[in-house]
Amino acid sequence: MDQRVAAIEAYFQNADPSASLKVGPKDKDGNATIPAGLTTPAVGVAGPGHNAWMMTSAALVLFMTLPGLALFYGGLVRTKNVLSVMAQCLGLAGLVTILWWAFGYSLVFGKSFNSPFFGGSEYFFMKGVDSAPNTDYAAWVSQNVFAMYQMMFAIITPALIVGAIAERMKFSAVILFMTAWMFLVYFPLAHMVWGVTGLMNGVWNGTAAIKAIDFAGGTVVHMSSGWSALILCLVLGKRLGFGKTPMPPHSLVLCMVGTGMLWVGWYGFNAGSAVAADGIAANAFTTTTLATGTAAAVWALLEYIVRKKASVLGFCSGAVAGLVVVTPACGFINSTSAMWVGILAGAIPFFAVTKLKPLFGYDDALDTFGVHAIGGTLGALLTGVFTSGAVNSNLTGDAAKANGLDKLVAGGTVWVEQLKAIGITLALAVVGTLIIAFILKAAIGLRPSVEAEQEGLDLTDHGEEGYIYESKS
Amino acid sequence: MKLIIAIIKPFKLEEVKEALAAAGIEGMTVTEVKGFGRQKGHTEIYRGSEYTVDFLPKVKLEIAVADGVAAKAIEAIVTAAKTGKIGDGKVFVVPLDEVIRIRTDERGETAI
Repeated sequence: MDQRVAAIEAYFQNADPSASLKVGPKDKDGNATIPAGLTTPAVGVAGPGHNAWMMTSAALVLFMTLPGLALFYGGLVRTKNVLSVMAQCLGLAGLVTILWWAFGYSLVFGKSFNSPFFGGSEYFFMKGVDSAPNTDYAAWVSQNVFAMYQMMFAIITPALIVGAIAERMKFSAVILFMTAWMFLVYFPLAHMVWGVTGLMNGVWNGTAAIKAIDFAGGTVVHMSSGWSALILCLVLGKRLGFGKTPMPPHSLVLCMVGTGMLWVGWYGFNAGSAVAADGIAANAFTTTTLATGTAAAVWALLEYIVRKKASVLGFCSGAVAGLVVVTPACGFINSTSAMWVGILAGAIPFFAVTKLKPLFGYDDALDTFGVHAIGGTLGALLTGVFTSGAVNSNLTGDAAKANGLDKLVAGGTVWVEQLKAIGITLALAVVGTLIIAFILKAAIGLRPSVEAEQEGLDLTDHGEEGYIYESKS
Repeated sequence: MKLIIAIIKPFKLEEVKEALAAAGIEGMTVTEVKGFGRQKGHTEIYRGSEYTVDFLPKVKLEIAVADGVAAKAIEAIVTAAKTGKIGDGKVFVVPLDEVIRIRTDERGETAI
């Protein structure tokens, strides 16, 4: 009876319900086993509250891409290309869903390869991924829900790259590039950071070579997409007429609507990354809000200081920058640190976008590099600086004790491990993107014809127009 | 007959329309246009990108009038559209050879 009550109490602490049953003789590895016949209905089933939050979170993260990011990016391009950006977001949602079902989930969250770089083959085609929890990742969340939740991250990451190459890459090239990019960059990186045998998973892998921490994807999502975006936009070249023809956003209204959806959806992204409706999720929810609101205000304030006007695009850019920077940190820092993160997130990407880009003259059309690469890198570093063992007990959990992360947290030197993770992420994104981009460029070409680019990709790639206003007859 | 073409500030359209109605003008054609004269455009900044917008939005009115009414119509437009600031617009007056009402085939001043 005591053991069965303890198993239910584990639900409230998001702990392993089978721990209290492990009172049998030790196995060959020295771990206690569950005696034959001792069982409780709490083992091997999902907890309703945790599962409900994770299904909600999965839907929220999908909402970030469709339609959040599609509207945010769609509003920032010219009228003739609005649908091309939306088609790319939709196309990637479809493509990544298929890849994730077939190989992606297994390559990231499997462990049969016992490798720091790739997961395993045991879940190919989602074999055996059902409503029972995968206790490597969550004691109380159905593995199929966990797989769908993580799939939404895999969808939005390549969709972020679309911002840098908007208005000038043909649809077929985008889809082929992203297919290769998922296998060469995303799947290995996500395993390294979040896989239970991953190279840089300081929180959950007791033998991690690099004891780095990334709560919701500063390296996996934002650094990988942002740095890849810079390289791809350099290989691709500038839009026709860049610097000569005005290319203002065609609808900041759509952009603002998309920003709001990104912000709301991001609660699923950040607080959902606790993979439970627990206190860690509550902390992530709070720090995300504080950093984002602060960053939006700081960006607009800097605009006001520099040119006497606070713009809607400035508020939107600041909010997204705040969300990006706090992403890796949200579950590891306290509310005071979140305010510092917000101030830096409003200031540093602001200078990247308004000063660095004009200085070097690259055509990062919608500022994926300035916001996501600079912001993601800043966030990964700040996570190491501000992390606090008091807000997240996993920083001093069994795996963290085994690999020594707990001592780094206590000593305040996690940032050194973060720098190593930043270096590996940057190198993988840059080299992977260069290889794929040059092969594709030689094989099928990356850009549409000059005529097609002038006419707009909506018509030439998709055969439709975003806006048709006809006079009433 | 005269064709009066007036380029005015968009927010002055209602006042001009009322002034013309008071002067007995019964019809007009209005188009939203862009252009510039001595008035300078403005600058827009989107993150790091700065654009100068030279063409400003204006409204173009086209009014066909009988010779006897022309002076009164022009007076109405100029008075109603004036703010005294740069960018108030212009009025062009050109001779009009013929007017035809499509429904009835009427021609000349009766067709106006």
